[in-house]
Amino acid sequence: MKIINEMKLEFMGVPENEGFARVAVSAFAVQLDPTLDVLADIKTAVSEAVTNAIVHGYADAPRGIVTVAAALRDDGVLSLEITDKGKGIADIDRAMQPFFTTQPEKERSGMGFSVMQTFMDKVTVESTLGEGTTVRMQKRLREG
Amino acid sequence: MEFERRRDTVTVRITGELDHCSAQPIRRELDGLIADPGVKKLVMDLQDMAFMDSSGIGVILGRYRALALRGGKVAVKNMNPQVKKVFLLSGMDQVIQIM
Ligand SMILES: Nc1ncnc2c1ncn2[C@@H]1O[C@H](COP(=O)(O)OP(=O)(O)OP(=O)(O)O)[C@@H](O)[C@H]1O
Ligand SMILES: [Mg+2]
Repeated sequence: MKIINEMKLEFMGVPENEGFARVAVSAFAVQLDPTLDVLADIKTAVSEAVTNAIVHGYADAPRGIVTVAAALRDDGVLSLEITDKGKGIADIDRAMQPFFTTQPEKERSGMGFSVMQTFMDKVTVESTLGEGTTVRMQKRLREG
Repeated sequence: MEFERRRDTVTVRITGELDHCSAQPIRRELDGLIADPGVKKLVMDLQDMAFMDSSGIGVILGRYRALALRGGKVAVKNMNPQVKKVFLLSGMDQVIQIM
């Protein structure tokens, strides 16, 4: 398979950019003509990953840079990479479990990764303590 | 936020998007609406809520917990498919009625 289009966004990790990121990715994905339901799934997953970068990754160093890279493949698959250079995740398997959160006092439900896994076809996480986190996700937009 | 109080029930219409960015002001407004201990039921009309992510789960469950402490409850209605998918994934329908 071949990449037919790519884009990369870099923005300051402030809450106002959560909406910006999900709308931008959705506008990029729309060129493969996905259904509205598929677009809504992508928006939701992007919102989760970008919010995590801001509220967890940059919890101790606000306004760090969040990167969102997207690629469209000729087989109809969108792949996404959301990266922060924040504090990293100590135990990824644990972090990905439903209802696990390190911020219960902020009324977090610990469902962000479960949303990503349910709404996307594939989710993988790479993280190093003190260096940052990259979340990679894939979703088929249409049959290739 | 548009709301209506009828006896012990407050019905509120939440508009726009409920994400981490909007969660704090929405939370504050909802807490203001249920501050009176006479309020036993909060109905959230989500007709005009275009989007919600897991931050919204936290907001809804947080209000549920506050009301449950006084024997009250929360209900939601008119969810769009995206909002409903997030809602159901969280299992909130175990404790929050869908009207
Ligand atoms: N980019 C990140 N950097 C550091 N830690 C992260 C990052 N993303 C997630 N985590 C960790 O993984 C945990 C689980 O994330 P998840 O999104 O599932 O839940 P949450 O963000 O805590 O709650 P919710 O998303 O429901 O508001 C977080 O509480 C946090 O400890
Ligand atoms: Mg999260």
